[in-house]
Amino acid sequence: MKKSFFNCLTAILVSIFILGIYPVKAQKTLKPDANNGGIKVPQGFGALQVVPKLGRARHIAIDQTGNIFVKLSVLKDGKGIYILRDTDGDGKADDIKGFGNYIGTGIAIGNGYLYSASDSSVYRYPLTKTGVDTSKMEIIVASVPYSTNHPAKSITLDNEGKLYMNIGAPSNACQEKDRVKGSPGMDPCPLLENYGGIWQFDANKQGQREADGTRFATGLRNCVALEWDSYSKQLFAVQHGRDQLDMLFPNMYTHEQNAELPAEEFFMLKKGSDCGWPYCYYDQFQKKLIQSPEYGGDGKKADLCEGKELPIMAFPGHWAPNDLLFYHGNQFPEKYKNGAFICFHGSWNRAPLKQAGYFVAFIPFKDGKPSGDWEVFAEGFAGGPEIKSPNDAKHRPMGLAEGPDGSLYITDSVDGTVWRVIYKGTK
Amino acid sequence: MRKLIVICLFIIAYNSYGQTKKPAAKQVPAHPGKKVYEEYCLSCHQEDGMGVPGMNPPISKTEWVSGDKTRLIKIVVNGLTAPIQINGESFHNPMPSHDFLTDQQIANVLTYIRNNFGNKYSAIKPEEVKAARAGK
Repeated sequence: MKKSFFNCLTAILVSIFILGIYPVKAQKTLKPDANNGGIKVPQGFGALQVVPKLGRARHIAIDQTGNIFVKLSVLKDGKGIYILRDTDGDGKADDIKGFGNYIGTGIAIGNGYLYSASDSSVYRYPLTKTGVDTSKMEIIVASVPYSTNHPAKSITLDNEGKLYMNIGAPSNACQEKDRVKGSPGMDPCPLLENYGGIWQFDANKQGQREADGTRFATGLRNCVALEWDSYSKQLFAVQHGRDQLDMLFPNMYTHEQNAELPAEEFFMLKKGSDCGWPYCYYDQFQKKLIQSPEYGGDGKKADLCEGKELPIMAFPGHWAPNDLLFYHGNQFPEKYKNGAFICFHGSWNRAPLKQAGYFVAFIPFKDGKPSGDWEVFAEGFAGGPEIKSPNDAKHRPMGLAEGPDGSLYITDSVDGTVWRVIYKGTK
Repeated sequence: MRKLIVICLFIIAYNSYGQTKKPAAKQVPAHPGKKVYEEYCLSCHQEDGMGVPGMNPPISKTEWVSGDKTRLIKIVVNGLTAPIQINGESFHNPMPSHDFLTDQQIANVLTYIRNNFGNKYSAIKPEEVKAARAGK
């Protein structure tokens, strides 16, 4: 009797472990850092620093066992990707090792692999218990057009074996001479052939070139925030809108107008979507697409904007949306389920006005569409009430990932702090 | 006639009052390069001259500003598309050409930059800009 009781107990414990409830239980033992590791989160939530000063962090991915992979924009000890492991369950990384001798932004997990992008290629590595097997590295996409201007290749994987990649336009507004006052917009913009869109590739085929992929969506200046939502089975992106309307067209736009315009646009992308860059931008005050001044626009006219994709949500200008995550976990309260988090890296082109952004926003979703306005979720990264110049920011939120227990992870591009946000309240 | 003289004297007095008043109200006149900086440079290099990490380089205490004047002038005139490295960090945004500025405007703004943002270097003369432009 006693023996069968213990057998039964063992079976229950083993099944709990196998079912993956273990990480949730571990999360319950986690304690937020004093002062939530230096950031502010909503009531009921807490935050802790998984690691401080990892390096110049970009995007982050987490596998089902909780191993964390962080991409860097500057090599640290010759390595561009770091694996963070928490072996004792206290939330702090205690096993940290680097691999990969290239920098970049995009990183994603799917089909048992870690996909990692340099600024021109995508590599993948089979996942292992403690990280990845670097000896089995494959090159999935090779040598897409590279420019130092908007070089970040963010990537995401869908449920059907496709890989999506942002190929940002190496230009502000497709002028003949980039950012030169008085230089006209090129018509048609030749950059759209190979840049300024989202390309779709086979996630399992090696050695693809840009021509082997499909231009899934175009008219997108640069979308560092790119994410496939496995719930609504749709591709979403948030665009970095164009800069310097006031400097290039001082007679049409004031510094105050430039600080808010154009909107940073949140798109749901369909195959063939044309989101308007460089011919149009979205004005969140007039609530419509406006023809760019480089293409004859006067701040009101919209003749060239017919048929261009409208955003599902528009944010004030220059906040720099650098990552997007759809939350599918069970740890956070119900309102967060299937909603979107957007990481705003923070502006520079609001100068001479004070800068803005530098926080993580939350947008509730219902049936694959925003069901309410955005709200600030995590803030205080920059470390001051007023940011005059990006250099004043102590941290800048850069990348987002969800852990297997439903915790939200946030990276920092300044010194590479990684935060883990947990829910401690009662649901 | 006397009335006319009084009026004339009054006008002269009023005008000269206005002339002496203006500079007094302004106190230290701003360097002529400051206006050029604010109009064409500030949005990228920022109010503090520290630039934007990874994108626009700082112009504070860097050899690019303190060093070879001709190289510095040519960057303003022709722009710079190749990424540059400062203190181990590379900066990616292209610098647009500002060849539409006059020699005097370029001399002013570079002199302003070389004497602000923690910099203390010699002035740049319009003739030096002219020579650098001719040699491009």
